[in-house]
Amino acid sequence: MTEAIITMKAVEKTYQLGGQVVHALNRIHLTIEEGAFVSIVGPSGSGKSTLMNIIGCLDKPDSGSYVLGGSAVDRLKDHDLAEIRNQKIGFIFQNFNLLGKMTALENVELPLIYRGVKTKERKARARECLEAVGLKERAAHRPNQLSGGQQQRVAIARALAGQPQILLADEPTGALDSKTSDDIMALLTALNHQGRTIVLITHDLEVARKATRTVSIRDGKLQEGEHI
Amino acid sequence: MNVFTSIKMAVRNIQGNKLRSFLTMLGIIIGVGSVIALLAIGQGSSKSVADSVNSLGTNLITVNITNTDTHFTMDQLKQVKQATGVKHVAPVLSGRNTFQKGSTSTTASVTGTTSSYLSIRQMTVKEGRFISSLDEKFRQKVVVLGSDLATTLFENQSPIDKYVRIDGANYLVVGVLNSKGGSMGTSSDDAAFLPYSTAQRLQQTTYITQFYAQAENQQSVNLAMAAISRVMSETYSDSDDYSVVNQQDVMEAMRAVTDSMTMLLTGIAGISLLVGGIGIMNIMLVSVTERTREIGIRKAIGAKRRDIMLQFLIESAVLSMLGGLCGAAIGVLTAKVYELTAGATIVFSLPIMTAAFLFSAIVGIIFGVFPAYKASKLKPIDALRTE
Repeated sequence: MTEAIITMKAVEKTYQLGGQVVHALNRIHLTIEEGAFVSIVGPSGSGKSTLMNIIGCLDKPDSGSYVLGGSAVDRLKDHDLAEIRNQKIGFIFQNFNLLGKMTALENVELPLIYRGVKTKERKARARECLEAVGLKERAAHRPNQLSGGQQQRVAIARALAGQPQILLADEPTGALDSKTSDDIMALLTALNHQGRTIVLITHDLEVARKATRTVSIRDGKLQEGEHI
Repeated sequence: MNVFTSIKMAVRNIQGNKLRSFLTMLGIIIGVGSVIALLAIGQGSSKSVADSVNSLGTNLITVNITNTDTHFTMDQLKQVKQATGVKHVAPVLSGRNTFQKGSTSTTASVTGTTSSYLSIRQMTVKEGRFISSLDEKFRQKVVVLGSDLATTLFENQSPIDKYVRIDGANYLVVGVLNSKGGSMGTSSDDAAFLPYSTAQRLQQTTYITQFYAQAENQQSVNLAMAAISRVMSETYSDSDDYSVVNQQDVMEAMRAVTDSMTMLLTGIAGISLLVGGIGIMNIMLVSVTERTREIGIRKAIGAKRRDIMLQFLIESAVLSMLGGLCGAAIGVLTAKVYELTAGATIVFSLPIMTAAFLFSAIVGIIFGVFPAYKASKLKPIDALRTE
């Protein structure tokens, strides 16, 4: 039995929306093992974005406990959450979220810059990551000189650069055509085979099926399997 | 994240927005440039004033008599000469008269004085001689010309033993002085000197309104001034009727004027630096809004509040320091151009340039704090959501 990398117990999150209290997350229990490839599916408004934000340490739960990679993160301060994001999580966004003024290589370097890695080592590691996603030759290109698929690869390289414990992909194929989507999904699957833990958030069942385990979320409640 | 990487990022961001960065810096450029240029020009002019005052000799004491009811005479002046610490005295009667030589006609200042004047004012004779006590005694119609006036009237000829007409009467030129340069708008080169008695007749006065005294040395200036005041008080009961001033006093008065001018200019320049700082803050605030998404990405990737704060602070500091450097260059250039075109003295002072530059950097940092704080406070999820 592999070790659990994410353990959530009774996580709740509520929002005030026009005077109404919305239970975005309603007593969520979730355990994800190391090396797993889990997809979280749900329609918009189901609370999957909120769940992703909490898994990604971008937001804090109102109540409940959340243990990520052996450390409790549900009560940490912003400063420490930033550190956790930097060390343990690699983000892959729907719209890539690359910095337009920087080259692909510099974008990949970014998490290492915030970690304080020395220039020489940083460049070498960023180059390795770009090579791993097959974009070695595009290192000096800027995002607007790359296709959508290539930009997402750069984003994946950036997520890998920090050697995080989990890759958190939020609709990674949402802005791509089906051919490129397949390429990106193949890349993620390959990374999973190399032992990466991947959490994929999507509303697309086709994409969700590429994962080894699917969890669906609806009205802030989780269900195992893809019952939407 | 280390500071060096932050500076590199800041420079890159500034490069990416060249026009905007330049316009942002303009306030600082103008501020620093004007501080440096104005102070260089101001200090230059106070230096040239100080030089010209010093060239009159630091032992010089000037006495002005404002009371015209009780007349001061040559006999009383002789008493002044006997006073302790006084080496020489020379009465001064100033006027402007018309000079004529052949078809050349000009006006120049005329000073009626005695032979001591030459040594008191530290002047030297180029040709011929200065006024003698005999000229004074016999009211000789002789004249000594300043070098410029001599050139104007006689061109390249020697004026010695030639006649020049002053207000219609003929005067014999007995000497020409060496050039001494101007002091405070008056030039002793474009002037003529007559025996005092002759000048009195020319200007139609009989009493003395001004005289120079020379102290024996610099230490005895105050002693001599006290002695002169004592003699003066025998004739004039009211001390407002006359003034006894030495060069130090003149210099201090001048310095007070130039100092307040400098203060004023610095104040104005300081205000423009302040306005420049507000300009930087404004642009940095716009920049924070524009780059909300970038901030969100950086935060998601692991940037701490400190990192974001530092990034924006360094950016505004680099912006203002760059402006400070450009401003310093432009200030030096402006002062140089002024020096060449106006022929004035300019004095650059490194401490002032450094201070102006540092001030610009401080302005950048102070006005960068608020936008940087605002940027650092953004929540990553909100920042990522903005388009």
